[in-house]
Amino acid sequence: MNKHQKWVAFDTILRREIRRFMRIWPQTLLPPVITIVLYFVIFGQLIGSRIGTMGGLPYIQFVAPGLIMMSVITNSYSNVVSSFFGSKFQRNIEELLVSPTPNWIILLGYVAGGMCRGLGVGAIVTLLSLYFADFSIHNVPITIAIVLMTSLMFSLAGLINAIFAANFDDISIIPTFVLTPLTYLGGVFYSIELLSDFWRNLSMINPVLYMVNAFRYGIAGITDINIAWSFGMVGFFSLVLFFSALYLLENGSRLRS
Amino acid sequence: MIPLNSQEKTALSIKNLGKVYDDSFEALKGIDLDVAQGDFFALLGPNGAGKSTTIGIICSLVRKTAGSVSIFGHDIDEDFSIAKQYIGVVPQEFNFNQFEKPIDILVAQAGYFGIKKHIAVERAEKYLRQLGLWERRDDLSRNLSGGMKRRLMIARALIHEPQLLVLDEPTAGVDIELRRSMWEFLREINEQGTTIILTTHYLEEAESLCRNIAIIDHGTIVQNTSIKALLKQLNKETFIFDTQQALTQAPLIQDYPAILIDSHSIEVEVLKTQSINQVFDALNSQNIDIVSMRNKSNRLEELFFDMVEKNLSDKQGVQDDE
Repeated sequence: MNKHQKWVAFDTILRREIRRFMRIWPQTLLPPVITIVLYFVIFGQLIGSRIGTMGGLPYIQFVAPGLIMMSVITNSYSNVVSSFFGSKFQRNIEELLVSPTPNWIILLGYVAGGMCRGLGVGAIVTLLSLYFADFSIHNVPITIAIVLMTSLMFSLAGLINAIFAANFDDISIIPTFVLTPLTYLGGVFYSIELLSDFWRNLSMINPVLYMVNAFRYGIAGITDINIAWSFGMVGFFSLVLFFSALYLLENGSRLRS
Repeated sequence: MIPLNSQEKTALSIKNLGKVYDDSFEALKGIDLDVAQGDFFALLGPNGAGKSTTIGIICSLVRKTAGSVSIFGHDIDEDFSIAKQYIGVVPQEFNFNQFEKPIDILVAQAGYFGIKKHIAVERAEKYLRQLGLWERRDDLSRNLSGGMKRRLMIARALIHEPQLLVLDEPTAGVDIELRRSMWEFLREINEQGTTIILTTHYLEEAESLCRNIAIIDHGTIVQNTSIKALLKQLNKETFIFDTQQALTQAPLIQDYPAILIDSHSIEVEVLKTQSINQVFDALNSQNIDIVSMRNKSNRLEELFFDMVEKNLSDKQGVQDDE
């Protein structure tokens, strides 16, 4: 395939992915919006008004970046894991496997699809959060860079989960037992300064903490950790996940008999 | 469509192809097979013989454990991008997204082959029309009938206009009328130059469509020849004679084994060296009137079962010796 043909193949996968999550918008776009509105109402307004400030910010302004990032993470991940596993389950992944599309294009196509949903839901949630909280963006390049990298990283993770998954249970185990705890304990709702040394040190191995803090820095200008470390961690994990996903596609042991 | 190398006359070349699955089952035991450009080729064999594994390897859905496969001279390992452009596959089971529309499935498949959208849309219309699916192009694929789904897979396999079309049981579960129209369509595209390889359980289909044939059993090729040459090997045929009178026992016909099937039908084996006239004479002399006569089964079917049974008994013989 020449460069143009590869671009056509990538564009086809991406458009198909966007068409998929737009077609089933009541399952893909609506639930995260409702969930996040509930978070804003309960944690931001009802409970938040009694908490006062966190990290020097009104609690609702502190929690808003974390909630936006949480929606980006979960939607990027769940889009790729459900779409790729669905293709495996219905066997229409074979349409791609019999074609000359290189594996790295397949990988980029699915990941770009996941990023579109993750960033799209993130944008909707950001607009909604403006209704509940009053904030401006402190550092635009950092905000955009970290949200893109986070979406990329969790889209890659979703693809790897889908490659390994043999049934529908396998695509819900990681989101339920790994992703949700990491997100809830990743500084979305609290500053790690509130924790004892032991729990604070333990939190430092949670990659979500770095993403949420870098994003919060981009929006509100406050962070619990070094921003350079955040980018380093997300970049490192993204590279590891990219090459792992590519290896799994090239190896094909989970996709071909 | 990628132009063919004018020197290349072999559409598919398989050398010493082997496949051992993870559970140690040896599905293919080093098969060799060549299919000439322009051929209409049948790959026959009982269930589990290795047909689908062979096709799976050719189209990269199954990983081989030994040997090599070339499509129009392009090795599927070393030159996979070009090799895949030459081949279109119609699998045995439905493998498209049931929640997508036929038109979207075809245009997307063209996209995976790097075909620009406006060309893809034109081709999708052409093949959907040819296969009688144009009116249903915007329906969800899950709502199509079984026959329509099969035709959709054929249209999808043709969207990049491959030089080699591989069909794994394309008419399974399809009614007779539709099967005949699909045969006609396949004949047409073969006449236009597309090489076709077909696996089928309907031996009548292979006899009617194909020029050459390979029979595979237990992972080995037990026969690879032309249909004509194969049929010449047929040394006997079994006929059913329907009688006017009710019979209570099979008539005695010297040198022609006969069995009474029911009160008005007898089954008679006739060797290739014998004449049916003698059967008629014998029945006539016994005042038995024949109202109709037919082959018991498709000729190729008889031969196929003979070969598979022989292969099985040979294997059992070897095992007994061991």
